[in-house]
Amino acid sequence: MVGSNRLSSRLVLLYLPLALFTIFLLFPFYWMLIISLKPNNLLLNMKINPLYLTQFTLDHYRYLLSNTDFPRWALNTAIVTFGATFLSLTSSILMGYALGRFRFRGGNVAGTAIFLAYLIPPTLLFIPLSQVVARFGLYNTYWALIFTYPTFLIPFASWLLMGYFRTIPRELEECAMIDGASRFQAMWRIILPLALPGVLSAGIFSFTLSWNEFLYALVFMGSGEMKTIPVGTVSDLIRADLFQWGPLMAAAMLGSVPVAIAYMFFVDQYVSGLTAGAVKG
Amino acid sequence: MTTAPAGTVRQVMSFRLRDRVRHWLDSEPVLAYLFMSPGWLILLLFMSYPFFLGIWISLTDRTVGLPSGEFVGLRNYTELFRDRTFHLTVINTFIYGFVTVPFKLFLGLLLALLLNQAFPMRNVLRAALLLPWIVPTALSSLAWLMLYDAVLSPFSWLLKNWGLIESNIAFLGTRTNAIISLCIANIWRGTPFFAVAILAGLQAVPQELHEAAAIEGANRVQRFFAVTLPVIKGIVVITTLFSIIWTFADFQLVYVLTKGGPANSTHIFGTYAWQIGIGGAGKLGIGAAISLYMFPVLAVLSAILLRYVRSQEA
Repeated sequence: MVGSNRLSSRLVLLYLPLALFTIFLLFPFYWMLIISLKPNNLLLNMKINPLYLTQFTLDHYRYLLSNTDFPRWALNTAIVTFGATFLSLTSSILMGYALGRFRFRGGNVAGTAIFLAYLIPPTLLFIPLSQVVARFGLYNTYWALIFTYPTFLIPFASWLLMGYFRTIPRELEECAMIDGASRFQAMWRIILPLALPGVLSAGIFSFTLSWNEFLYALVFMGSGEMKTIPVGTVSDLIRADLFQWGPLMAAAMLGSVPVAIAYMFFVDQYVSGLTAGAVKG
Repeated sequence: MTTAPAGTVRQVMSFRLRDRVRHWLDSEPVLAYLFMSPGWLILLLFMSYPFFLGIWISLTDRTVGLPSGEFVGLRNYTELFRDRTFHLTVINTFIYGFVTVPFKLFLGLLLALLLNQAFPMRNVLRAALLLPWIVPTALSSLAWLMLYDAVLSPFSWLLKNWGLIESNIAFLGTRTNAIISLCIANIWRGTPFFAVAILAGLQAVPQELHEAAAIEGANRVQRFFAVTLPVIKGIVVITTLFSIIWTFADFQLVYVLTKGGPANSTHIFGTYAWQIGIGGAGKLGIGAAISLYMFPVLAVLSAILLRYVRSQEA
């Protein structure tokens, strides 16, 4: 009897609430998936239960890939994401290394400034930034986003990497330098490989944040040709309140897949990065 | 007297120069500034400069068509005082930024405590339940847009099917409904972040203390307050402050779900600044002023967060 008591208490205190959370948190994705596969005639028929899929079709995906600019948006998003991630990661490794390992005047001030930069949201800057982007002649080019995304990526990634570099003992580097390595060699050959999990976290984070960014892409990339997936989907696939729900949900699925894959492969790095960001700042 | 061949002299000099450069590069302060320069260059050009430019623009009547604009002092700011939509925007932003947070915190904490227990497929579930936080918000908001649709909403369908309502609910049709709907979608997106951050904090809770407290006769709730909470307090405070800042300065979710409607009644600072500054008439000056109205609140929250992080480090 004790055993069944334990089971029922686990059922009520663990499995039931977990099931409710799962339904709440995953239902929108389930909905996205079934709508993207549902034939149009069933989609608008409110007499049948909308929560199941009785027959499915890939028409919405086919339409999305051949009749809209979605492939181009995907290319744009990929270019911008890789460019911004590469630029941010390079600058952040150097920045994080300087802040985490060098003793110099102004080091604390620089660290605090980076932390505060992390707290400045895009909604505060986007209007004047649109003027800056235009003045530098970057409007509607990939560079507009490759240069502006690092403003929220570098603070985060530098802060994360600073923490990683600090956990690596100084002696390792000093030994290498006594053995004749220059400081740069010591950093490149000894310290960076040890900080690789941190670099990976920062990279995955930069990747997802760039891929998901919306406001700057909306404001700095005006024409249909240059839009990213989130902006193109929201602004071009919805026209004059005429919702094509099938292709819309198909676009939402396809646009989410790359980050979901990147995240599933590196879920532990992602979580440790997320919490390092939350714990250390 | 023999003079050294010019080539040797050059060699000696270049050797010395290289030596000096190398020596100079090994000094920590020089190297530190050198390493930080690419990052700071980007931040100065695309963050500090626009920040100050934004203050200037907010003091002019600059528009998209008239990029110079005249200095108008604080007129943009004072005009917003009389703007009814702006009043609603302020109220909405505070509701959206502050009221959702207790829900996210409570649900996130609960989820973290659940995920911290041992059960089959724990890691799979932990990964899956973080999805609302990692996929592009603009795209997941589209799913919510359909879930809230006046005709196609499955919520309305279910409730009608169960005989609880007669006609479909206008989830986004009135101001009250729309704000509640926005808050629910926001809670949906933010809860996983709280859960994962708190879950990481829970790893630091010493199990022996729990066992000792259990032997002493403390029940689950008592043990939570006596043993668990003190350990995760820091992470809870920091996560909460971050969440308030991000939600307060949000954009995508409101932009996709309501665009500020119906009748401009559900704007938050970000979407209203966009509509005035970029979307509609392109009044950059007023748009910049709307954005900058966020600054005092953000500054206070940031100062609290910074102090708290420092006190945790010490």
